[in-house]
Amino acid sequence: MFVLAEMKDVIRITPENFHQSLTESITTLLNRKLANKVVLNVGLCIALFDIIDIGHSYIFPGDGSSHTEVKFRYIVFRPVVEEILIGKIKNCSREGVHVTLGFFDDILIPVNALQHPSRFDETDQAWVWEYPKEDGEKHDLFMDSGESIRFRITSEAFEESLPTGPPGTECTTQTVAPYKIVGGINEPGLGLLTWWEAPEQDDGDENEEQENDE
Amino acid sequence: METTKVNAAFLCNYEVMQILQQLKDSTQKKHKREGSLATVTYETVHYLQDTECKKQNAQSIQKFLEAMKKFKLTKTEKLMMVNTPPRTELEIQLIVQESEERLSEDEVRKVIELVNEFLPPSEVS
Repeated sequence: MFVLAEMKDVIRITPENFHQSLTESITTLLNRKLANKVVLNVGLCIALFDIIDIGHSYIFPGDGSSHTEVKFRYIVFRPVVEEILIGKIKNCSREGVHVTLGFFDDILIPVNALQHPSRFDETDQAWVWEYPKEDGEKHDLFMDSGESIRFRITSEAFEESLPTGPPGTECTTQTVAPYKIVGGINEPGLGLLTWWEAPEQDDGDENEEQENDE
Repeated sequence: METTKVNAAFLCNYEVMQILQQLKDSTQKKHKREGSLATVTYETVHYLQDTECKKQNAQSIQKFLEAMKKFKLTKTEKLMMVNTPPRTELEIQLIVQESEERLSEDEVRKVIELVNEFLPPSEVS
C-alpha cells in the first residue's frame, strides 16, 4: 500500500537558512511542501525517503536565495487496485460505508459493493448484512462505526483541486477530496473481521496448540 | 515539481513503520516538528501500530520471501501477504487471483504453514 515515488524539484533556500547544512534544509523544505498532501496521479505523500541527487545551486540577480535542483524519493500512500486493506468504519450513510485508515479518510464502499443482501438501518444509521441462515431465517450483521473492516480496492480517482486563498481569508472554494478510493466487500472473506473470525479461530487455536505440544 | 517515476519501488508496512519511527525520534530531539509532517507521521504510525507489522522484523520477512519464491506469485501478492499475513485458505483466495487454478490445496496449506512460521500471529489474540 506504500510505494516510493521518484521526483525532481528545484528547492529555493532563503539566506536565513544558510547556516543549516544543505541536505537538512532540503529535507525540511520538501517535507513542508509535500507531507500530508495528495499529488495528482501519484498519491498521498507521507515523508521523505531519501535524496538521490543534489545538483548545482544557483543564485539569481535580485534574489539572495539559492536554487538547487534535487532528485529525491518520497514515501507515498498509493494502494494498488485489487489490493486488500484493513481499515475502520468511519460512518455509514445511504451512499454506503465510509472507511478510514486514520491517515486517509476518503474511502467509500458503495451500496452495490456491499455483501448481498444488505439493508440500511435508519435508527442505528448502519448497514446491515442480512445473512441468510439455513432454516430460511435471516441473521442481521451490523456494520457499526469503529469496527475493523477488510475490503478490496476496486478503483481510485484523482481530482484536480482548485487553489485555495491565502490562509486567514474566507475563500468559498468547494472542497473536493483530491484522492478517492472506492472499495468493495462483496466477496467471501471480506467485511468486518469479526464476521469471518469466529469459526476459523477455533480451528486456528487448535492447530497452534498442537504445534506447541509437538 | 515533476514526478519522474510514480512507482519506483514498493514498501511494506514494516519498512514504512521503521522509517517513520526513526523520523519521529530524530526530529523530536532537535526542534519542533513541522505541522503537516507531524500529523501524517503520527496518524500513519498509529494505524500501522494496529497492524501485524509491529511484530515483524527484517530477517523474518526476508526469509519468508525467500521461501515464497517456489510459488508462482506476483510481487504485489507477496507484498499483501507480508502486510496482512493470511491465516486461512479463505484469505489466500482473496489475496491470490484465481488461486484455485494457480495453487493446489497442498500448496495453499504450505503457504499458510510458512506464514505461521515466519510471520507468527500476535500473542494477544
